[in-house]
Amino acid sequence: MPPPTDPALEPPRGLADLLLRGVQVALVNVAIAGLVASMSGNRFGHVVLYAQCIGLSIWAIIEIGRRVRPSGVRSWPPGWRGPALVAVACALGYVIGVTLADTVLGYSSWPRYLHQPQQLARDFGPTVVFCTIVAGAFWTRGQARRQRAQVAAAAHEATLARLDLLQSQLEPHMLFNTLANLRALIAADPPRAQEMLDHLIAFLRATLAASRQSEHPLSEEFARLDDYLALMRVRMGDRLRTSASLPPELATLPVPPLLLQPLVENAIKHGLEPQRGPGELHVQASLDGATLVLRVADSGRGLDAAAQANAREPAPPSSGFGLVQIRERLHTLHGDAARFTLAPRAGGGTLAEIRLPVAAPPHS
Amino acid sequence: MTTALIAEDELLLAQALRAELARAWPELQLLESAVDGDDAVERALSGRPDVVFLDIRMPGRTGLEAAEAIVEEWPGDAGALPLIVFVTAYDQYALQAFERAAVDYLQKPVQPARLASCCARLRDTLALRAAANGAAAPDDAALLGRLRTLLGAPAGAGAAPAALTLLQASIGSTLHMIPVDEVVYFEAADKYVRVVTAEREALIRMSLRELLPRLRPETFWQIHRGTVVRADAIATATRDDSGKVFLTLRQRPERLVASRLYAHLFRAT
Repeated sequence: MPPPTDPALEPPRGLADLLLRGVQVALVNVAIAGLVASMSGNRFGHVVLYAQCIGLSIWAIIEIGRRVRPSGVRSWPPGWRGPALVAVACALGYVIGVTLADTVLGYSSWPRYLHQPQQLARDFGPTVVFCTIVAGAFWTRGQARRQRAQVAAAAHEATLARLDLLQSQLEPHMLFNTLANLRALIAADPPRAQEMLDHLIAFLRATLAASRQSEHPLSEEFARLDDYLALMRVRMGDRLRTSASLPPELATLPVPPLLLQPLVENAIKHGLEPQRGPGELHVQASLDGATLVLRVADSGRGLDAAAQANAREPAPPSSGFGLVQIRERLHTLHGDAARFTLAPRAGGGTLAEIRLPVAAPPHS
Repeated sequence: MTTALIAEDELLLAQALRAELARAWPELQLLESAVDGDDAVERALSGRPDVVFLDIRMPGRTGLEAAEAIVEEWPGDAGALPLIVFVTAYDQYALQAFERAAVDYLQKPVQPARLASCCARLRDTLALRAAANGAAAPDDAALLGRLRTLLGAPAGAGAAPAALTLLQASIGSTLHMIPVDEVVYFEAADKYVRVVTAEREALIRMSLRELLPRLRPETFWQIHRGTVVRADAIATATRDDSGKVFLTLRQRPERLVASRLYAHLFRAT
């Protein structure tokens, strides 16, 4: 898909567009002149001269008016300013155009117009009508073109967002490191390699399915976390100790798929992995009245150290995406009733907490 | 005998690389693997291997920071610098920087063919060194240059931030406004940078790595991984046998050390 562009924002095509519009206006002027000449009986050559001078003057004023905008965007001004610009251009363009044509012919229309205002009204009237029609036609065309560009831009952005989501879930660094471990295990310990491969398969399936499902049971969420943590335990060995606690009465509660996944990934990636020595990760679900509380706690290096390291190193484009995505998903599903907090954990490390309203609290 | 050190925090990957290396380069003697960046620096300096394989993302110091520390602290009597090969699973920016600096790197999972050609290149370089008969290694300067390119590579693709002209530093409870051009040198101090002018010193809450891109490179020279000095504040530079350069300053009594990574700045012409 070619990247969509706003036609109003394309300087290279600007001059060609301008000339094209000028030629179009000149052709329309000839047509108008033909019409006026046949109705009024005036000499066609003179009428064409006046029509061109007036029409092109109006057009030039409108083109200039469209450029005199603080944003610098070449487009029609919004709201009432568009019609106002046309009205001003119409009056001013008439005066300039008539004066120009008079100069060419060595004639002056103005003394006659001053003595016979009704003559001015008769001559100016058609200008107003044609000006309105032609400007209206150009406006409609520009509007349609802009709408098409906006639709294309929106589609493009949606595609990018989906790509970001997928990239953040299938983090390449994690994937290739896991594959490298798998490759090592195939030679050293085939049964363990098979086990690791099974976890990887389940993890990949869940990741790809997450964008299609709107919710799944909490027990399923914990099972997918277990797949991920099993992979990480193979990779980090003794350095990673994990535990998960899910009370049985909460197992069937529905949650958005892979809601906790980014939290667990962040705890490992930013908290535990960069820290020297071993660390712990604890995932816990509990009920607080009608609120489901999900906690991910790690004993890693903490938020401050992670923020400082992030400022130091180039962040991949998708970094931080996980947290933004969690907030957005919670807001879409529950509005202000759901909360997500990330805070230092007592005793070192980080505590991430999600609080969700439960539609029908389980009877315990 | 040729020796090598592997620094890799994931145990299985360290073992796998050992096994692959044993196949690709049977005569290579492997030291005990380092489990993180700091460990890598210690083991490299004590074991003095000919080749170091450094994972990029490691706990503590990253592979790049470890390489910098190893080269800076490499003893002058320990012979030529070790050849460094970076290892990474996936790192868009790092790979671009490796290509630009023409350093050796391997991608995980390590492919045997790729490892074999890497080993062949390392062997050639070491053979050239041996032919030079232990004299100052002919390739050290090239290695230092590549490493400098790598460390100086702008992080990420973003545009360079605007140069700083004024620093705000607190001394006690007072905020001092220090024009950057009055600074004699900057020194890294944990999470802070010590700012030293002719009259006083202060701390700013910023790492040296964040500060560096915001200083004009023709005015301020990095002379050590922890020191940046204003070039026209330097009075003299004296080179010792180990390749280090000692600097005296015009407005300060203390001497600064330029590490061998940056000693090229002080070559008499």
